[in-house]
Amino acid sequence: MLSVEFLLNAITLGSLCALLALGLVIVYGILKLVNFAYGELIMITGYTLYLLNASFQLPWLVMALIGVLIAMFTSYSTELVAFRPVRTKSLSAMLITSFAVSTLLQNAALLLISPRARAVPLPKLFSASLTVMGIAIPWRNILTVVTSLVLLIGLTLLLKKTILGIALRAAADNFRMTRLMGVPADLVISTAFVISGLMAGIVGLFWVGRTASVTPTIGGAPLLIAFVATVIGGMNSLLGAVVGGYIYGLIFSFLGVMLPQTLLDYREAFMFLIVILILLIRPEGLIRGAGTGERVG
Amino acid sequence: MKNTNAGILWLKSHTTPFILSIPLLILAVLVQAYGDTLLVRIVTVLFINLVMVLSLQVFMGNSGILNFAHIGFMGIGAYTSVLFSMTPQAKAATLPDLYPFLRPIHLPFLPSLLIGAIAAALVAALVGYALMRLSDAAAVITLFALLVIIHTILVHWSIVTNGPRTLFGVDNYTSLGISTFFGILVIFIAYLFKETPVGLKLRASRDDRYAAASIGVNIVQVRWAGFVLSAFLAGFGGGLWAHFITSFSPYAFYLTETFSVLSMLVIGGTGSVSGAVLGTVVVTLLREGLRAVENSVNIAGVFPNNLVGFTEVVLSLLLILILVFRPSGLLGSQEIRLANTIPLASGKFSASELSRESSPKEGEHV
Repeated sequence: MLSVEFLLNAITLGSLCALLALGLVIVYGILKLVNFAYGELIMITGYTLYLLNASFQLPWLVMALIGVLIAMFTSYSTELVAFRPVRTKSLSAMLITSFAVSTLLQNAALLLISPRARAVPLPKLFSASLTVMGIAIPWRNILTVVTSLVLLIGLTLLLKKTILGIALRAAADNFRMTRLMGVPADLVISTAFVISGLMAGIVGLFWVGRTASVTPTIGGAPLLIAFVATVIGGMNSLLGAVVGGYIYGLIFSFLGVMLPQTLLDYREAFMFLIVILILLIRPEGLIRGAGTGERVG
Repeated sequence: MKNTNAGILWLKSHTTPFILSIPLLILAVLVQAYGDTLLVRIVTVLFINLVMVLSLQVFMGNSGILNFAHIGFMGIGAYTSVLFSMTPQAKAATLPDLYPFLRPIHLPFLPSLLIGAIAAALVAALVGYALMRLSDAAAVITLFALLVIIHTILVHWSIVTNGPRTLFGVDNYTSLGISTFFGILVIFIAYLFKETPVGLKLRASRDDRYAAASIGVNIVQVRWAGFVLSAFLAGFGGGLWAHFITSFSPYAFYLTETFSVLSMLVIGGTGSVSGAVLGTVVVTLLREGLRAVENSVNIAGVFPNNLVGFTEVVLSLLLILILVFRPSGLLGSQEIRLANTIPLASGKFSASELSRESSPKEGEHV
């Protein structure tokens, strides 16, 4: 049961989840906003790939780059247009806004493109696999893991070494104090949304790669994964998000092998049961962040 | 004599549910007498929406906790009531694998509705007591998790729900009269709950959690009471809806419907029963209008593709605009009432529960 393939699959899924969770937490840490529109950024990347492929002949890497950039830009513009005006209002107002933005983006895709699935271009490498010692490892999985590692290292460097990164971490710990120290709030929040968009965009490339197609509702599943992973790891800690992501990958893969066939359908319900139990028993998650949890707009 | 006087005085200061229901009642009577089939359908839907939105208001408006699980309870009420009201023949056709003890059961409409509502309330009562300890983001995520769990169970418990497929063979019992009766009943229930001691304590816990706790309000308990009542009414609404639409699948009780009900409540104003009623009327009419536009554009073939999602795009834009410019909704926390009779417990002390002034510290346990 605990074969190499199993572990590799778990780690691949875990890497994706870690990135997903990180993108969600970086915004949550500062605004205490659970961004429901996060999954739609993945959808946007997918549709950008589809539209570019339909109209221009571009190398895949260029299309992928544009896709990620568009996701970052969308994330930034939702912040600017929708979240900034309600930031100073209550938590519920902000959450409902993000839910409305999510519905808006989904239905805009429905309206402007199609309710049906659209094909997304994939690089040839995605369907090839590498054989090491008799085990075939899909290149897609290797790329997922490597890209996540590169991104995680890059983000760590950004957060530890640059002034912007230090400001971001400070804001996640105590936003009010950070502002009192002269850090512009708008800049920090916008940066958080842009990084969030970057994570979603890159995950999006791999996510649409699983089925080679994109639908208006494609963002639902990754959003739910990000929820679970952040709660497991700890809502107030960036490291917690990464740890939570990998743990999600492991638990989900374990349940896939362990649960009998009749219960396998309920796997999603089990994951969310874990969420409820964690929030009830240990609401700070595995890794306790420094933040007190007080939200300041 | 004294008692009658007190009664009249009480009525004088609580005119809201009467003011709200009389126009609706007149509308229902007029439509019943003169309306065509389409209009009767729209107004029936309006009253079912009213049950759903007001039941959400009972918990969300008074406790200040965003409740994503609400539509899950609607689903429980719908499926449970249908299991009791369907004829054994219809059950054999649509649910061939149903548990044998459920097969012969065939109850009239109203008892079935009641059982559906009780089932929803029981689930809420069981899971609720623990969940009500949480506030803010933690509460929202848990309630969202609850919605996902209920949805997953509805989709996969094929024996009872026909799985992801459509369940058919439900009899159409929800007439305009029935839905009007329950819509107006729920206006009174929601208003009276707000004014009961439990409702008052719940509102106190919404406005300032610590102040309320310090004067002896058991926050978990009052929240739980509101949550269970809200789920009971949602279960009722689900039953009404199921016996109106007569064939449905679990996907009817998920995020799309959540968005619809939430937008009605937030656009009208979460903090008051009047706001919830106004929001339901405005958004239902707007939706039907937009649907009509969508349909006529599709029939005329103005665009190469069918127009899908137009209604939701407009509604979500409207919702965002309301949240930006008027976050406490069209009516805010004010109840509509006759002038000169404003009682002490009016909403004016809590006019800002969707704005920041009164929002308590985030992320802490009660």
